Amino acid sequence: MLHDTASQKTTQVLEEPAVTSTVNSAAKSTPDIASPVDARTAHRRRKTKVWSIRLLLVVAWLVSWELTATYLIDPFFYSKPSAVAAKLADWFTVGTSQGSIWEQIVVTLQEAVAGFVLGALAGVVLGILLGRSRLLADICAPFIKAANAVPRIVLASLFVIWFGLGMSSKIATAFVLVFFAVFFNAFQGAREVDRNLINNARILGASRVQVLGTIVVPSATSWILASLHSAFGFALIGAVVGEFTGADRGLGLLINHAQGTFDAAGIYAGMIVITVIALLAEWLLTLAENRLLKWRPPAASAEVQL
Amino acid sequence: MAELIELRGATKRFPTGSGGVHTAVRDLTMTVDRGEFVAVVGPTGCGKSTTLSLVSGLEPPSEGEVLVGGQHVTGIPEGVGYMFQNDAVLPWRSVLDNVAAGPRYRGESKAAARSKARDWVQRVGLGGFEDYYPHQLSGGMRKRVAMAQTLVNEPSILLMDEPFSALDVQTRALMQDELLRLWSGTGAGVVFVTHDLEEAIALADKVVVMTSSPATVKATFTVGLDRPRTVEEVRLTSQFLEIYREIWDSLREEVEKAREQGATRVA
Ligand SMILES: Nc1ncnc2c1ncn2[C@@H]1O[C@H](COP(=O)(O)OP(=O)(O)OP(=O)(O)O)[C@@H](O)[C@H]1O
Ligand SMILES: [Mg+2]
Repeated sequence: MLHDTASQKTTQVLEEPAVTSTVNSAAKSTPDIASPVDARTAHRRRKTKVWSIRLLLVVAWLVSWELTATYLIDPFFYSKPSAVAAKLADWFTVGTSQGSIWEQIVVTLQEAVAGFVLGALAGVVLGILLGRSRLLADICAPFIKAANAVPRIVLASLFVIWFGLGMSSKIATAFVLVFFAVFFNAFQGAREVDRNLINNARILGASRVQVLGTIVVPSATSWILASLHSAFGFALIGAVVGEFTGADRGLGLLINHAQGTFDAAGIYAGMIVITVIALLAEWLLTLAENRLLKWRPPAASAEVQL
Repeated sequence: MAELIELRGATKRFPTGSGGVHTAVRDLTMTVDRGEFVAVVGPTGCGKSTTLSLVSGLEPPSEGEVLVGGQHVTGIPEGVGYMFQNDAVLPWRSVLDNVAAGPRYRGESKAAARSKARDWVQRVGLGGFEDYYPHQLSGGMRKRVAMAQTLVNEPSILLMDEPFSALDVQTRALMQDELLRLWSGTGAGVVFVTHDLEEAIALADKVVVMTSSPATVKATFTVGLDRPRTVEEVRLTSQFLEIYREIWDSLREEVEKAREQGATRVA
């Protein structure tokens, strides 16, 4: 990821000498990059280097864990990589104690996605509305602060009582977590719209609704997209915690079972599955973000990434 | 027929951060005719941009009257185009879509707006850059986009706030000529704010000198240079130098006063 944007940046410099000062100074500080071909091979070499060091670190970590768990510490508590791998293999070939692993993944994913979409929509709409209306913002400020101060994970228990063991209680937990993450960013984004741009649009003939649609929403988009990254993580946490609290299916329940049977490997395996899902979602969101924000100078988007 | 723009004793006060009021413009009276090019010069911070915001209807006057086409200004008057001091092109839109914004807002179809925009992008000399985003353009090119964006609406009143001040000398001369070419024959009244007295004289029919803060009209000078003009040539005529000396005498006092004001404010 880092390299992709870095390479974009250098090609930008090479094709367009008259862009921004930051890009120009970046070009000046690396005078050794003479031609695009040189730059590209240098990048490839660096990329290989970074990836091999990463791989080395992971291998070192797994081997040391495996060895200490075999010879020094009790694998009953700490498990070990081979046991976790065996557990994962077992889940994906034979199935879990609750049936197919895919079914658990699909259930958790559905809850997370539903909570994410609903929470993000509500957060964006309310955030922009309050961001553009002083009066509404003043009226709602104390309520929102209070609601934000509530330890939201605890709500999961309440939702199980309200909505039962099915999916809706998990969606509700995910929704609450996502909503606040997105709301505050959308609010800030809508508030910080450049007055100059709004005035310009009004002079050009824009109505209030047109100003909202063509100036406020696009201005707030980079703020909103930034929040969506962490928001999907929150949606997954919401779904899993919801399942942990009380459910009949899902990855959270699987981990809960593992905990109940002192199966440390099962907990690790569940964690790994959830992490992979989160990384995949992150990747998809980054793709969407790059598409939506293709107007941004690459230097600015490079800072946001990682 | 009523004047195109008329300010009568217009005053504008702003609340300051510390609870007081700051008078940006005081008792300002001036007129602009149809087809007239008026340049406004004055020391920095005196209230030139504020004057334009009064005419554009973005800010109501605290006192006095602002009339456009004989009508009191309430909201943005029909036919006003305004090039702001700071860049106001939309960073998330391509050059073409930036220029097409005005016609789109005014209810034209996407295709019609884009074909108009394409024409104006050509006219300001940006042909071939239609699909570029603003961050890929130079400062001068962005100013051209802003100019096309404003002119595509065919304004009958054109307000320009130091549109070329950030440009290098050559580009500026080029843009000035282009502005005169695009404006000639449109019959639009122009209010052109600038720090650059040479620019003011080279472009305008009338130069208004403003006092240091709070701004009011100190003196108005008529520039009798023939049109069509080429700024690089007109600047070398003896007539030009004569007018320049006359106006500079008036302006210099205000610039010095403004400097003293600034010094005491800082101290
Ligand atoms: N919205 C505002 N709120 C408070 N004060 C303002 C506002 N707009 C302008 N002012 C004040 O009014 C005064 C005149 O500002 P203005 O922008 O009109 O100056 P200007 O003549 O355009 O200066 P410059 O040549 O530097 O652009 C300044 O002292 C400024 O601080
Ligand atoms: Mg100004």
